[in-house]
Order: sequence, then structure tokens, then C-alpha cells
Amino acid sequence: MQQVVSRDVVVGLKQGLHARPADMLAREARKWQSRIELVSMSQRVDGKSILEVLTLAAEEGTRLVVEVTGPDATEALAAIVRLFDGNFHENDETAVNTAGRTTTP
Amino acid sequence: MLKLQGIAVSPGVTIGEALVLDSEGFRIPRRFVARSAVDTELERLATAVAETSREIERNRDAIQAELGGQYAAIFAAHLAMLHDAKLQAELTSAVRDKNFWPEYAVSRTLRRYAKVFQNLDNHIAQRAHDIYDIEKSLLRNLLGQRRETLAAISQPVIILAHNLTPSETANLDRRFVQGFATELGGPGSHTAIVAEGLEIPAVVGLGPFLADVSGGEPVILDGNQGVVILQPDEETIARYRLEVETARTVAARLDGLRDLPAETTDGVRIQVTGNIEFPSEVEQCLSRGCDGIGLYRTEFLYLTSPREPTEEDHFAAYSEVVRSIKNKPVVIRTLDLGADKMRTEKTPEEERNPCLGLRSIRLSLRQLPMFRTQLRAILRASAIGDVRILFPLVSTIVELRQARMVLADVMEDLAEHGIAFNPKMPVGMMVETPAAVIMLDAFIREVDFVSIGTNDLIQYTLAVDRGNKEVADLYNACDPAVLRQLRRSLDVAREAGVPANVCGQMSGSVMYTQLLLGLGLRQMSVPASAIPEIKQVCRSVSVAECRGIAERALAMDSAREVKAFLRDQMRRLLSESVA
Repeated sequence: MQQVVSRDVVVGLKQGLHARPADMLAREARKWQSRIELVSMSQRVDGKSILEVLTLAAEEGTRLVVEVTGPDATEALAAIVRLFDGNFHENDETAVNTAGRTTTP
Repeated sequence: MLKLQGIAVSPGVTIGEALVLDSEGFRIPRRFVARSAVDTELERLATAVAETSREIERNRDAIQAELGGQYAAIFAAHLAMLHDAKLQAELTSAVRDKNFWPEYAVSRTLRRYAKVFQNLDNHIAQRAHDIYDIEKSLLRNLLGQRRETLAAISQPVIILAHNLTPSETANLDRRFVQGFATELGGPGSHTAIVAEGLEIPAVVGLGPFLADVSGGEPVILDGNQGVVILQPDEETIARYRLEVETARTVAARLDGLRDLPAETTDGVRIQVTGNIEFPSEVEQCLSRGCDGIGLYRTEFLYLTSPREPTEEDHFAAYSEVVRSIKNKPVVIRTLDLGADKMRTEKTPEEERNPCLGLRSIRLSLRQLPMFRTQLRAILRASAIGDVRILFPLVSTIVELRQARMVLADVMEDLAEHGIAFNPKMPVGMMVETPAAVIMLDAFIREVDFVSIGTNDLIQYTLAVDRGNKEVADLYNACDPAVLRQLRRSLDVAREAGVPANVCGQMSGSVMYTQLLLGLGLRQMSVPASAIPEIKQVCRSVSVAECRGIAERALAMDSAREVKAFLRDQMRRLLSESVA
């Protein structure tokens, strides 16, 4: 069953959608059967390709549309949006770092 | 069409296919694979990807242990980029559908991505470095054991590189390397000297241009003018083809001079000897009818090996030269290098001005064991042929005496051990500092011959570093000050009855031949390739005419005037000889 679903997301990462989150995104995307694409003002890229995601050069505040087509589209879309909403766990690590710093004199 | 201007260091014009060496020296030609070989080549590509992947994993694990996950994530991203399905599909298609050689497919595809990243105006532009990293690693694995050295080139090419070391240049296969052009480098560099020795047309110091070529395309290299033309149009190619053809005809005509002596029309015999760097060059000199080797530079023994050369290394090279030149004379010059160029040498302190620093005979006299090793080998070679020794960059009489004393000491040593040498081996000095010219009347009593090194003499007389672009135009063999240095040197030598030779670029250029003969020079030492032309000029002029030319040139007070005059004289001569 082909279904197309999409959602708007905003890049919340301080350094934009850089290599590590792009890697996480592509990795997550590849878990799903559906075609997953990211659409910006100027281009449409394959969410399963880290190289293509990087070429978006999406900085903090960039608005993107996640468009998913395929049998498992709803679940896939939810998973991808979750990454954006959770800021790709970037904040967790910042927290770890900050915590680490406080213990060091 | 893109015309680049560099520095001409080795003459000749050639048209050929570009072969680009990147900074690590990989060859990445635009090569194609046969359809039948596509599957094997794809397998090779897959193996390289797997090996590169393992390398990145190893790096990731090492960094993980050392610095933690945050940093290791960078390598995880590298892995993701390498295994990116899009990238892999593109690579496969480049090999399967376009039949590109995998190396070329990798280089082309990854560089395209790198370019995209580079053009982004935020920090993701940094990812370009990651892509280059992956490219390097893939190429290293693809080329692997088969990594083709420059020496293994098997088809005619023109090499384009960031830089070539002297030893890389020395290993170029003359059968296939039509010429080379580099981004770095200057005149008088050892790479330049080697190129001339090997008779490979070369242009250096072009500045960055490699980004504009991918290899495989036609290139014109003009080693006479220092020009490289990328993507030449048909008209330009036709024009240069004609030039290559003409040069071939002239060379064939000059070939006929081989067995004729360099004798002027009024019967004065001129000795034309060759400058060499490697024993193999003796053959090139002999085939052009040289009168011996007037300058055998020995620096390469020191530059091409990671350790200091042994006495046997020296002797092997010297005896090969002596044997191949038969009974003709060979002038061996002792080490003429700066401490800064010696790999085995610790530079005592940062030298602010190596040209005026610890080099040549100064260095030899400081490093006596090294100097004695060379002297022993030269002396042993003197037992098997007409060997003469030449000390470079002598600037005080004390240095000359010290050098002679060390030589006498080494002779005593050899005699004690019953090792054969020529006790009357002629000893000469280079005249290449203003001090040597000024004091030549004193020096001349203590040497058997002198050799005027015009390259250094011009540099020191005019206080110009010719490698320095800002002042290089002041470096001019036509400068009246240089002409007077030469006149004085030749006059003093003649009065003392001591043979004088001129080596250096001035003697190898036909523009100066008449002037030098007119100043009284009777011996010149030139690169092998210049022997026929110089001979031809000698055979078409009279010493009487040359004297007139020298007198007129000496009466002029600016380099520009002298140059115009000499150029005019040369043109007149050439038009006569053609007619």
C-alpha cells in the first residue's frame, strides 16, 4: 500500500544538520522500507544518503519538509520527526559535557 | 584554452597527454577499462571500499579509546559517507556504464561531492576535507601494491605535479616522460638541473593550476618560453606541431657536427666539454662529440640517498664516468651544497641567508671525514683516467690552501696503504665569487686550472637571488659588471698561462658564445644538449670578429644595451648560417 505523509520540521541544532546528526538521520531512514525525502526551499534530497542530507547545508532554524512514501510511511515519518524533536540527542551530550566540566576543578 | 606562464628550466617543446600527480604522488589518469574487465574492476573497487572501511573503523576505535565518543562520531560519519548508497551507486555506474578506471571514478566522483561542500558558505564546507580523506584512502587501497611509481610509466605523458623532488625527477623514464610542469620550484633548483641533464623539457613555478586539470587531456609544454597551455585549441596545436617539427629538423642537421671539431674559421680550436650530474649522461655528451667532461657535479650522491654516501658509492659513480669517457678529461667538483640541503646534516642554526652561509667548500672543510671520503674516491678514480678535481665557492686563499692540504693528507694516506692514484692530479678552483675574481692573481699561482661558474658569479656580483621573483629581473648575464668580472678572470688566467673554463648557463647559450670567445675563452663546459649548437657557432665565427664584438659589448654601460647588441649579433649569425 503506497501512502504519502509529510510533516514540517525545524532544525534545532546549534551547528545545523552536520555530519553526526546527518548520519543518525540517514541511519534511521534506512531502517524503513519507504522512500524518505527532505525538502528545503531549493532542493529535495534522499534522506537515506548522508551525503545528500549534508548537501542541504541546513543551519539552525531551517524549515524542512519530511516527505515519506511507502508501506510503512506513518511509522517512518514519526521516527524521523522524533529525531528532529529530540534535537538528535545533541542536548543529552551537552548535558554530559557540562556535568563533566563541573566536576573538573 | 588556458595559457600559464612559469619559469623555463629545461628547453624543448612537446605536445602530449597530461598525467596529474596529486600531492601524494598518485597517478590518476583518465583511463578506461575494457568491457570484459568491468566485473574484475568492480571487485577491485569493492575490496578497496572494504579495506578503507576497516581503516576508518580502526581509527574510530582508537579515537574512541583515547578521546571518547564525541570525537569517534566523526569517523562514524566517515563510514556512513563511504557506504552511502548514492555514492556507491554512482561509483558502480561510473565503472559499469562509463567504463571508467575505478581510480578515476573514485577521484572524479568524490571530488564532485567535495566541490559541492566547498561551495557551501557555512561550517559544512569543512566536510570537504572528510571527502578528500576518504578519496585518499580509497586511492591508496585501490593502487595498493600496484601503486605506480613515476618510473613505471608505460606510455608517453607530460607530468603535471605540485612539486617533484630531484630524486623523483632523476627516476623519470625518458622514453615516456615527454616533459613536466610543476606548481612549485625555481631556476637553478636541483630538479631543474636534473631535468636539463635528462633532456626533459620542463617548466616550474607555475603557481596553483592542478585544480584545472584531471589528466588525459592534451597539453602543450614549451620549455623554451616557460609556457604551459591547457586545453589548447586546434590552431595552437598546429602551430606548436610545426615548432616541434622544425626543432627536430635542426637537431638532425646539428647531429652531423658530431665528429667535427669546434674550430673557428680562423683556425682556433675550442674545447667544448659537457656538464653532467649522473654517469649515464656521459653517453649523451659523447654522442654529440664532446671533448671531455668539464663539470661533473657530485651533489646527487648526497641528495638521492637517505644516508651519507660511502667511499664505494662515490668510487662506483666516478669510475663509471671515467671508464665511459675513455681517455678524455673529467673534472670532478667536490660537494657544492648548502648545509640546508643536506639530509644527513644537522643545520647548526637556522641560517638566515643560506646563499651566504655554510655551503660548498666551507661545509667540506667543516665536515672533514665526509670531505676525506669524497677525496679518497676521486683520487682512486684518478688512477684509471684523466681525472681533475675542482673546489667550489672558494672565496679566500686560506680555504684553497686548507683544501689542498686535506687533499695532500689523503694522498699520503693512500700511498701508505699502497692504493693507486695520480699524484699529479690537476687541482682547480671555481671562480664564482667577486672575491675570487679580485684576488685571482694570487689564487692563480696555486691552481692548475680555473672554472668560472657564471650562475653564482652573477648572483654574488649583482647581489641578486634569482629565485626571488621580486628581484629576479636584475639577474642578468649581460650586466656590464658581469662582463668585466669575466674579462678580468680570463685576462689573469691567460697571463699566468693557466687554463680557464666557463661552466654555468652562460656558456651553454649561443647568445654569449661570440662574446666569450672574444674575451679570450677557449674552453667551455655546457649541458650535453647544447654541445652541437655551441660547436656550430664556434665553427661559423672567427676569433678576430668575436674580439670586435667583445670590445663593443664592454664599452656599453647597461645590461639592456648589451643584451640587445648580443641578440642582434646572434640573429645575424643564425641568418647567415641558414642562408
